[in-house]
Parts: sequence; structure tokens; C-alpha cells
Amino acid sequence: MAKVLMKGNEAIALAAIKGGVDAFYGYPITPQNEVPEYLSKHLLANGKVFLQSESEVSAINMVYGAAGAGARVMTSSSSPGIALKQEGISYIAAAELPCLIVSVMRGGPGLGGIQPSQADYYQATRGGGNGDYSLIVYAPETIQEVADTIKESFDIADYYRNPVMVLVDGLIGQMMESVDFDKPIKERFLPEKDWATNGTANHPGRRNVANSLQIDPNALEQHNIHLQEKYNLIKKNETRYEMINFDDPEYVIVAYGTMARICRSAIEMLNKEGIKVGMIRPISLFPYPEKAFDEIPKNAKGILCAELSMGQMLDDVLIANNGRHKVGFFGRSGGMLPDPEEIVDAIKNFSERVVK
Amino acid sequence: MAETTVKYEKTKGLTDKPLSYCPGCTHGIIHKLVAEALVDLDILDKTIAIASVGCSVFSYEFFNCDAQQAPHGRACAEATGIKRVLPDNIVFTYQGDGDLASIGIAETIHAANRGENITVIFVNNAIYGMTGGQMAPTSLPGQKTTTSQNGRDTDWTGGPIKISEMLATIDSVAYLERVSVHDPKNYLKAKKAIKKAFQYQKEKRGFSMIEIVSTCPVNWGMKPVDAMNWVKEEMIPVFPLGVFKDKGADNE
Repeated sequence: MAKVLMKGNEAIALAAIKGGVDAFYGYPITPQNEVPEYLSKHLLANGKVFLQSESEVSAINMVYGAAGAGARVMTSSSSPGIALKQEGISYIAAAELPCLIVSVMRGGPGLGGIQPSQADYYQATRGGGNGDYSLIVYAPETIQEVADTIKESFDIADYYRNPVMVLVDGLIGQMMESVDFDKPIKERFLPEKDWATNGTANHPGRRNVANSLQIDPNALEQHNIHLQEKYNLIKKNETRYEMINFDDPEYVIVAYGTMARICRSAIEMLNKEGIKVGMIRPISLFPYPEKAFDEIPKNAKGILCAELSMGQMLDDVLIANNGRHKVGFFGRSGGMLPDPEEIVDAIKNFSERVVK
Repeated sequence: MAETTVKYEKTKGLTDKPLSYCPGCTHGIIHKLVAEALVDLDILDKTIAIASVGCSVFSYEFFNCDAQQAPHGRACAEATGIKRVLPDNIVFTYQGDGDLASIGIAETIHAANRGENITVIFVNNAIYGMTGGQMAPTSLPGQKTTTSQNGRDTDWTGGPIKISEMLATIDSVAYLERVSVHDPKNYLKAKKAIKKAFQYQKEKRGFSMIEIVSTCPVNWGMKPVDAMNWVKEEMIPVFPLGVFKDKGADNE
């Protein structure tokens, strides 16, 4: 298949089909509606499952059921809808079931707005569900990267028996770019799902149970220790980031997704003016690419964290920086997108941006 | 020497795990009826049970088949997720009245409305048992609970919600019956109803639910025998027994 021009949300849907999705359960919400619309047409036509649920709460629990039964399953939603899914996400993570959750962020809090935002970084990486759990969170920047990530995310979820979230914003969901859907993905050895609740006829002599209840505190603590060990393995193996223009930079911008695209333009403008600026672009938000910060030259003047929020990834930047450099922040929110000139200005007047 | 013949043995549909239910509670009887139906219909090895939140939260340890444990109220959504990807398996939920009729009423109604080919075992004892006896959506008018200490005031909290009657209005529901296990005659009726519900699922007729009017002697503050009498004299007049929907009977 040659490159095709495609809208972000539709590319998410087609990439999921290419990734072997068996079932989609979801509830309409702007700005991600093209995902279920595309899948409703193409999954049902191919004998797969598409079902519009009565709520996001219900959708994520349908995902829980199907994931437990061994299917490749996904849901997609946007900010207030992802908020409603948090209960189910915690259960799925606790029961160690694989699935894909697509989050197309819009402005918040509350009903907020429908324009692009990155104000759900905490929601994705810290989670609104209860307990010590983590999702594997990827935040692609282009529609090509969206498609590649979605395709691979099912394998990653299966490999670690952990939900994967692909986090984009309404801009990536709504814009069009050319995409090649046949780019190969990393081959992984995926063990058989011998834990699936598909009837004991499929695994005689053993009952399979998908469960998150551990009434014995000892057992629950052991389960949490096991989960942390898994998350540490994920940190070791699945951390992704890109270093851009990292040739002895005076300043380093840290930005992901749509904000990283805007910052690329700003960096070009700054370089033309003779100000050397590089960028760390986290692709995995959990695990966070802390080791990239070790590459920042000792004499760099500062790090600017740029987000479409009031400062959420900033926490991870401060942790990763660990006091080594001055850290500044630039953020727009509510669905407002900055011009590259605003980033240029923030670098030129870095001292006014310093938070720590 | 006389030959030994087995007159009775525990159903293979239940594990050997001791039940966690209180003395006099009817969950044990209902577990047995469900398990026997799965064995009688020869579907145990393709069944997935959904345990809900409440006293029956541990039922995934009791039914001798694959199982999933659902968040509070979400059993019918979880069952839907499974059944849609495994349409040839048997999927049932086991839910109390707090789980099904309060927090999970949306999931229940919409699963019924989609005609999901699943079976719901709805145990209605008019109280929150596991959390210690709070008022349920099915608590009777005037019923004393830990959160309605002067008796349920229907002007303030509404009256007992009647799930079977509500679901009977939905076209895609295949089979709906309310039963009780408070005496041997009703026990036999309940046994028949539960088996029929699973038979319908096996035949892919659509959504089936059996509501069992049930006891909670501990939280009602009654002896087991008094609790059985309370079912008969107080609960059944509010929750009348009978078949509310039977698509098979309509068609045959």
C-alpha cells in the first residue's frame, strides 16, 4: 500500500485494523468521533465486533470483558470520557489484561471545550483510577507515528499484559497527513493467552479467572510488588524519545505531540538567529525518558518545558532534570495553540519563564 | 452385602471452596441451582461467570468454570464484552439488588435492550448485605435499615424499584421470571426457571433474567426461618412471582 492522505482519527482506526483489532467498544465524544465511525463500517463488514455502548463507563467494562476473554480490544474517547473510564482502567490494569485506549485530548477542566489540548497528561500518566497502577502511554507527533504506534500497541499490550494508551490531541485527530500503513513494526514473541477466560473446554483442568480482588493484604502487596517489577521492566525496554537538533544546545525545549511540532518551527527560527536550541521529544510519557536529560550539556542555559496545559509534564521534567539546570515553562490552554514566535520569545526571555 | 448407590452428591458445577455466605442466606441455594443447571445442560466447560460487587463478590471462587470479577454495577457490560467476542460460549452474571438495580441499572437495561444473549441471575434481598445492611433500591416501604433507621420513607427515597416489570417492556428480552426459594415448591420452580434461562441462551434466543426474591437474615435481624417467612409475607406481595416474559412460549 502506497502512502495515503488521511485524517488522524481515521488513521487511528485503520491502524487498529492493521494491528489486528478484534473488537471496539466506545461512546461518541468530540473530537474523536471519526474513530468509531470508521470502525463501525470496517469492523462489522469483516466479521469483527463494533459496539456502541450506553456510556464510557460501560464501554471500558466491555473492553475489560473482551480483553479477559483473550480478544484484541480497544476503545477511544476524549478527556471527560476518559475520566469516566478511569474505574475500568484501574480494574484492567489490576487484572493485567491487555487492551488499547485511545485518548484524543480536548480542553478542560469539566466539560471544557472541544479544541486541542494536552491537559490530560496527569490523567494519562498518573491515572484517575484507584491504586498503584500505570498505563504504557505513547504520545505520537505525526499521523505516520500515530499509525505505527497504534499498530504496535496491541503487541506491546499483549507482551506485558498491560493496557496501552495512545495519547494525542484534537489537532492530530482532525488534521490530514500522508501515511504509509505498511511500515513494518518490531517483531515480538507473544506467548499464548493461556490465561483467557474462554471456557475450561479450552484449558481442561484449570479455571481461568480475571480478577482484581485480593482480600488478603499480604497477597495484595505481593501483587503490587509484581506490578512494579513489570513497570520497571517496561521502563527498561519501552522508553522512547527523540533528540532533535542536539548539537551543543544553549537551551533545550521539552515538548511532545502537537506542541513538539510547533517547537520544531520555533527552533528553526531561533537557529537562524544564531541561538542554538535543541529538543527532547518524549514519545513514551510512561515510561518517561529521564535518561535523555543526561545528554543536556552541563553549560546549557536552561530547559523550557512547553505544553498545551498549565504545566503537567513539567513535574516529570523537574524530576528528570534533578536540579541540574534552570527549568522554565511555557503553556497555553483551553484549546489555544501558540504561534512558533511565542516559543521563540519564551526562549529569548527565558529568565522570565524560570519556575525552578 | 447390599450395593451402595449414590443418592446425592454435590454438583460438579461448584468448587470445593467453602461458601462465604451467612447462615440462613439463600445465596447458597441459588448457587447450587445455577451450578446444577450448567451441569444438566452440559455447558459448564464453556461458561464464563461474572461475579459482581456485594456478598457474591467471591462467587468466582465457587462456580466451577471460568470467571471474571466486575466493578460495581458493571457485570452486564463485562458480560457483553465477552459474549460479543465469544458468541458460542455461555455467559452469565450473578448480581445483587444494589449492584444491578442501583449502580448498574443502566448497564442492565441496555444489555437487555440490545438483546445480549446472556443470562442474569438477580438476587434481590432488599438490602445491602456486604456493607452491613444499608437501604437498597429494592428495600420495602417502611423497611428499617442502617440508613433508613425509622423505616424507608418512600416520599423521601422513592419506593422499591421493580426490575422484572421494567425489563418486561423491552422487546428484545427473551425470558424473564421472578422466583423465590423460600419453600420446596418454590425451590423447584426456581430450579426450572434457572435451567430454562440457560437453555434459552444455549438456543441463542437472547437476554434472559431470573430474579430471585431472597433473604438476608443477619442484616434483617431475623432468624433464618423468620427470614423465609418475611420473604413470603412481606416481600412477595411487593415483588409478585411469575413469568414476565417468555418469547419461547409466545412463539410456540
